[in-house]
Amino acid sequence: MAKKKLKELVINRDWCKGCGICVAFCPKKVLELDKEDKSVAVRPQDCICCKLCEIRCPDLAIEVVIEPDKEK
Amino acid sequence: MEKSIKFIQGNEACVEGALYAGVEFFAGYPITPSTEIAECLSQRLPERGGKFIQMEDEIASMCAIIGASLTGKKVMTATSGPGFSLKQEAIGYACMAEIPCVIANVQRGGPSTGNPTHVSQGDLNQARWGTHGDHNIIALTASNHQDIFSITVDAFNLAETYRTPVILLFDEAIGHLREKLVLPDEGELPIVGRLRTSVGKGVDYRPYLPREDGRLPMSDFGAEHRYNVTGLFHDMWGFPSNNPQVVSDLLRHLMDKIDNNVHSITRYKEHYMDGAEYVLISYGSSARSAIHMAKNRRMKGEKIGVLELQSLWPFPQHLIREKCSKAKAVIVVEMNSGQLMYHVKAAVDDPGKVFLSNRIDGKLITPADIKGLLRIIQGRGV
Amino acid sequence: MAIKDYLRQRFFPHMWCPGCGHGTVLNSLLRAVEELGIEKNDIVMTSGIGCSARISGYVDFHSLHSLHGRALAFATGVKLSQPKLKLLVPMGDGDALAIGGNHFIHAARRNIDITAIVMNNKIYGMTGGQYSPLSGVGKKATTAPYLTIDNDFDVVELAKAAGATFVARTTTFHATEATDFLKKAIMHKGFSVVEILSQCPTHYGRKNKEGDAPQMVANYDKITARLGSKKLEENPALIGRGIFVDRQAPEYCEEYDKIIEYAMKGRK
Repeated sequence: MAKKKLKELVINRDWCKGCGICVAFCPKKVLELDKEDKSVAVRPQDCICCKLCEIRCPDLAIEVVIEPDKEK
Repeated sequence: MEKSIKFIQGNEACVEGALYAGVEFFAGYPITPSTEIAECLSQRLPERGGKFIQMEDEIASMCAIIGASLTGKKVMTATSGPGFSLKQEAIGYACMAEIPCVIANVQRGGPSTGNPTHVSQGDLNQARWGTHGDHNIIALTASNHQDIFSITVDAFNLAETYRTPVILLFDEAIGHLREKLVLPDEGELPIVGRLRTSVGKGVDYRPYLPREDGRLPMSDFGAEHRYNVTGLFHDMWGFPSNNPQVVSDLLRHLMDKIDNNVHSITRYKEHYMDGAEYVLISYGSSARSAIHMAKNRRMKGEKIGVLELQSLWPFPQHLIREKCSKAKAVIVVEMNSGQLMYHVKAAVDDPGKVFLSNRIDGKLITPADIKGLLRIIQGRGV
Repeated sequence: MAIKDYLRQRFFPHMWCPGCGHGTVLNSLLRAVEELGIEKNDIVMTSGIGCSARISGYVDFHSLHSLHGRALAFATGVKLSQPKLKLLVPMGDGDALAIGGNHFIHAARRNIDITAIVMNNKIYGMTGGQYSPLSGVGKKATTAPYLTIDNDFDVVELAKAAGATFVARTTTFHATEATDFLKKAIMHKGFSVVEILSQCPTHYGRKNKEGDAPQMVANYDKITARLGSKKLEENPALIGRGIFVDRQAPEYCEEYDKIIEYAMKGRK
């Protein structure tokens, strides 16, 4: 299976309440809270698309958009 | 074709009326003196594809019928005294969320356990004010089995028409009395069905937006419109709202939809009322004694009549005022400490001419009881 | 369909506190529905009262926000009168097991095809942090300033004893597992219960010094272990996670249909 490649980490700033769950459990430390306590992807290049942030987000504010597999 | 005639209990007459009206779902809990309604429907409903369920308590029964009504079914529960108290919160929910349902309360002695097998009419005001908060309610009653049948049909019709819980306020004596019931033919009594929205798929359906005629078309759970039902103050889509205008409009609507239709909801019967100088106002089983007394006195030339109320709430204030305007005295005959009497006093021109003939000892009020009071009023001694 | 398509997005951001586990439960539940591909019109979500109960307003299903503790009683009426509908009943711990405890055990006893989700945050959040029947002994709450002396229920054991035919437990840390259990519960024919430990950082966490939301979530990994795991074997005091019951038994609505069939034959 080919490695999944991140297209975009969409974070809905209006919905994010800054609890920090996504930041704490990201295995690659991709996310941080900014000055306004909103989650931002500071190291998107490290994202392995595990979606742990997306599935645990209590605000349903994160979407991990994966690059479509071009070979298919 | 010959009419089907039955010799049955009042509770069974209520069942016959409910089936005639098209009841499809019943949830209940055993309680004297209403249990026969549940027993009969447990047999009769599945025979026609309907559903009966005995729930874990009175509260659950009331909640279950509300849930079933939301799928588009005609629903009912039956209870007595303590069970009626337990149902109050969910009755308030049905008022707030405007869910058609019928609740039969076969009254017994109270408060608390009181006496399950003795008669009382002590839940009159509870039927009106049992649940908290401003709301309105329809409560109907009857004094004989033919009327129990038709008033039960009416209860379902009014529940559908006004999207509201309707309470059938019977009592132990009438519920357990056996007498004749002539079953009306199909089509003889009008039946009001569920009014469903004509709003199509993809169009904004507003479950709490009244039509011009005041009725609110419904959409069944499972159909194409997904909306919210809540006991919170809500907007016309059913979603919670704290907007003062929305809240005020909602509460006014809940009151007005019934207050503005008192005339069409009011049901009553007049017995010997022609030129009556003494008017007896009664309902349910106590009306039987009042009618009997009036009939006897009429035969002796006394001008006594009975105004028998079949709708207790909304209170038919104007009817009472009109019918009592020429009376020398008005006697309210009921089996409680004067729950209806106070409303009658408030309705008539001269409250001083309103008297109470009552019993609160668990025994049926008799014509002699009423006659005794009448003689005192007439100044003829005891 | 994306899970956002199952949301009534106009009501977002939702009203739950930052870090509240209930949002994660909603997240896991919508993934389960999406993966199963169930039509929105075939789902009725019935909830009670409390923080948990607000979930029904956020989902684009038929939604019935009912009375405190009574969600299962309302759901029973909906399901029995229209058995083709899928009934999802998320409840809080006080909602499901204090005021609604009777309905919980009786719905389980009937084995009616409803999915009950107990969002267990061990506290009454909406009213400001009072102890619940799932708080357990020695906990602090606004109504337990001297610590609780009340024992707690074990939801799994209670559901099992009452007759539920599918019983599972997981946490908001284990969100993928939650989606998996919820899928199985929804597809199960009969009464299914999924208990999801869900953090309340605002009340329970703060009063009991369990840290912020990420710490509380991380703690769920420490205090629980998968059924059959070495971790649980070595430390049986941990809270078990997994599917505790998954058995087939006659379902209430199907049994009632047999009554109808019999009663109608009797008439002919």
